[in-house]
Parts: sequence; C-alpha cells; structure tokens
Amino acid sequence: MSGDNEDTQTADETTLDEKAPVQDKVISPEKAEEAKLKARYPNLGNKPGGSDLLRKRLQKGQKYFDSGDYNMAKAKIKNKQLPTAAPEKTEITGDHIPTPQDLPQRKPSLVASKLAG
Amino acid sequence: MAAGAGGGNCDVQWCFSQVKGSIDDDVAEADIISTVEFNHSGELLATGDKGGRVVIFQQEPESKNQPQCRGEYNVYSTFQSHEPEFDYLKSLEIEEKINKIRWLPQKNAAQFLLSTNDKTIKLWKISERDKRPEGYNLKEEDGRYRDLNTVTTLRVPVFRPMDLMVEASPRRVFANAHTYHINSTSVNSDCETYLSADDLRINLWHLEITDRSFNIVDIKPANMEELTEVITAAEFHPNQCNTFVYSSSKGTIRMCDMRASALCDKHAKMFEEPEDPNNRSFFSEIISSISDVKFSHSGRYMMTRDYLSVKIWDLNMETRPVETYQVHEYLRSKLCSLYENDCIFDKFECCWNGNDSVVMTGSYNNFFRMFDRGYRQDVTLEASRENSKPRSVLKPRKVSTGGKRKKDEISVDSLDFNKKILHTAWHPLDNIIAVATTNNLYIFEEKLN
Repeated sequence: MSGDNEDTQTADETTLDEKAPVQDKVISPEKAEEAKLKARYPNLGNKPGGSDLLRKRLQKGQKYFDSGDYNMAKAKIKNKQLPTAAPEKTEITGDHIPTPQDLPQRKPSLVASKLAG
Repeated sequence: MAAGAGGGNCDVQWCFSQVKGSIDDDVAEADIISTVEFNHSGELLATGDKGGRVVIFQQEPESKNQPQCRGEYNVYSTFQSHEPEFDYLKSLEIEEKINKIRWLPQKNAAQFLLSTNDKTIKLWKISERDKRPEGYNLKEEDGRYRDLNTVTTLRVPVFRPMDLMVEASPRRVFANAHTYHINSTSVNSDCETYLSADDLRINLWHLEITDRSFNIVDIKPANMEELTEVITAAEFHPNQCNTFVYSSSKGTIRMCDMRASALCDKHAKMFEEPEDPNNRSFFSEIISSISDVKFSHSGRYMMTRDYLSVKIWDLNMETRPVETYQVHEYLRSKLCSLYENDCIFDKFECCWNGNDSVVMTGSYNNFFRMFDRGYRQDVTLEASRENSKPRSVLKPRKVSTGGKRKKDEISVDSLDFNKKILHTAWHPLDNIIAVATTNNLYIFEEKLN
C-alpha cells in the first residue's frame, strides 16, 4: 500500500463527509476501524502494509547484545522454570578447584512435554 | 468402520473423544502447541510445540467388543527435536519452536517425519523394537563380559520378545540453507524430494542429501527498501511432482512448474481475487495475507486461509476463488483493537476432510469452524474442558452480532482472544479431528450409533 494511495483516500473521505453527512452510515466497518486507529496513532506510517511491517516480520526474534547476554538470559529462565528439580550434591564453589569427579551429573536440560504425561 | 467415511457433514454429529495436556491454566511457553499432523494412514498423530518437542500418538486398534468406539490415541513416542540455538553473527536467538511436521509416506516398518524450526529441518526415523538377542556366549545378560574359563559349551543366540520400545533417531539434518524464517515444508509426491520455504526463498532438497539444496524461488529484491511482500506458505501438488504453489502476504498464490526452468521466479499461474479499490483500508493488505494454503486430496482445488475467510480455488481458474467462506466476519468491526493487540497477525491454518467435501479452520474463544461445501452448511464448535465428557456431543455455538443476544449465544466483546485455535488436522480417511488449543490437544470424532 503506497503512501500516495493513503493520502488520496483521506481526501476522499473528507470530501464525502462535507458533502453528504448522511453517507456516514455507509462507511464500511473496516474504514471506520481505520479511522479509529488513525485517531489513536496519528503518526502511524504512511506505508502501513509496506516495508516497516514486513521488515519487522523478517527480523522476528529477540536480539541480544552478544552470546554472553543470551546465555545469562537463558540461565535466568531455567532457574524459574525448574522449581521441582531435586537438589543433588551440594554445589562446589569457591573453596577449591573442582575435579571431574566432584562435578554433579548433568541434568537433562529440558522437561518432557505435558501432552505425553 | 466404512472406508471413505466423511461424506457431507450435515448429518455428522461430533463428540468428544480425548484431550491431551495439562488442565493447568498457567501455561508454560514451551507447552504451546505449534503444529499438528496426521500421518498418511491416520494411525499416527504428531504434535510439535514451542519447546522443540515432538509427541506422537498412535491409534489403538479397534476392539471387536466395542465397534462403535474408534481406537483411542495414546502416546507412542516423544522426543526433543530441536534445541534453542544462538546465531552469533546476528546476535539473535533461533527458537526451537517446531513450525511444521510433515510425515513421509510409509515405505517400510519404520516411520519418517520431517520437523522444522525457523532454520533447520530434520528427518526423524521412528522405529519399533520388540525383540532382543539373548544367549550370547561371551557376555552375560547385563552386558558384562564372562570369564572365558567358565565357557564350556557354545550356544546360538536367539531373538526373544521384549517390551515394545519405540526409538526416534535423527537421520538427516538439513541446515544452513535459510537466511529467513522457515514457514513451510512439503514432501513431493515423488517421495524423494521436498521443499522448504522461508519469507523470501524456497529451496528444493533431496531427502538423502543434506549438504546441498536448490533454490527454486527467490523474491528478495535487490534493494530491501523495495520489499512489498513475503512468502507465507508453500506446498507441493499431491500428485503432480513438478507443481507447487506458494502464497504471499499480499493475498496472492503463485503456482510454479519446475519443468519450465530451474529458478521458478516466473509463475505459471497467479491466483488473485480482484479487490474493490473503494473498499481499501489500512487493514486490507494485512487481513488479505494468506496464512495457510492446502491442496485438496484430489489435486483439483486448493484452499487458502486469510484473516477473516477461507477460499477455495479451482486450479483452472486464476481470476477468483470458486467458494468463499466467512470464518468470523464479525471481527471486521474490531480490526482496530485486533491490530493493537497483534491478533490481526495470527496465522490460522486450515484443512480438508478425507474426501474434500468439508473444510475446517480455527477461530478465537477456542471455537473452530467447519464448512460443508456440498450442503452449503457451516457449524461452529468449541474445544473446552466443559464439553469433555466422553462421547458427549458437541453443541453448535453461535456468536451474536446484532444488538440482541439470544440465550446460549456469546457476544463478540466476550470472546477470549487469547484462546486461539490456530492448528487443526483431519484424519485422512475417517471423521476424526485433532484440534489444538494453546496447550491442549482435543480429539473429536463422529458420533456413531
């Protein structure tokens, strides 16, 4: 939908309104909704169906600063979503350098689907 | 059950059969169902979810004692198909959500399916193991090696029955071929190739070859500022292996013939309904965007779903659809708020019944709609826990559009737009349907007496 189209339409609607107020009733529900939207967001782009929307669609997905940022965010989510995870051996941190034998078994990182429950 | 059941819908009463998933109102994002697909015999039903998991249900064989009950669907296999990844180059997360599952026609004892997320397609083999070898000479039953000095006689190991084990293993991984997000996959009728489509490109793969794919459609403009439309869905013709279609965000469908040229940028046919320029509004293009395209089983027709309607096209007529069904026309006067809450961008799917006489699609408030093409009748049904008594018949629902609301009707403003049915599937032969709400899978079947 090009910018020119939009302007022409708006002009038409204004003309209609001035000339025949009775014709308000004939405005399609879609156009009425459009008017509502323009009233709420007067700065809505001139190319509504065009590049902005499409580009937003092409680049869906949350952008992170870098992989470290991403991994931190993932770790936070994991902590929230596994409240029933049984605590295994006490985490070894700080005091000494852990050896492979000290590290706890790797838990399965993702939970089974509830559809299979 | 009579084969070829699923004729005209006007006599069919649908009743509740099963529901899968937790009753919990607090839905974890990973549990959101993102795709539902029956296999070619209807014996298996696969679901994919946002957490990258696939659950496959198998229909129990019919019991002779209860001929009026079709077999129930029970869990057959479940596995983690895709895991979240991080695109280091763009600093974007690659979601593990399963966008599509497509079954391959069965060729041997094993079952194969293609499952895809935004970037990677995987071919999974699901096989059964019901016997295991026993009686080795050198190993004990638990696997420990025997002391050779204790071996005095030789025996021949034999296969003995064991509890059925269903194993899923990834046989092929088709990666790194899509810059944009994959929305569709479709297996060719030649059973050797398949296509995968993203927002701007469609690739053709051979099921055996993972390090190469052919680009067959590329609509990326040289200058991205000139981008006007994206590919929304694509599918191979059910029996013409050279033909496929792809739909766009502008409401057009292009049919391509792979015999014409290697790159199918030039379409063989373009299906587009002319629009009245006087009716054009800000929302016109958005609601005309096609969210799903499906060929009929016969291959004569195709169905498209846009935001408010379902259209049936005769492949021989490009100028306009032969049938148009309104799914929820009452939403036209709500487009402003639906734009604000993003619901206007919801992608509903649609499906045909086994003999192409009825089509089905989802709506809001956990409603779904069926349109009988022959009898010109439609019905609105609801998937809810309230109607989940075994074999209870589903009562048709109605949305009141006028001022007066009759008893049992629900007003447009009371509809719950968070309860959307985007994914539905119809058994290829029988009147059994699978309907996915946000995190539950409902199975309904025809009431048989």
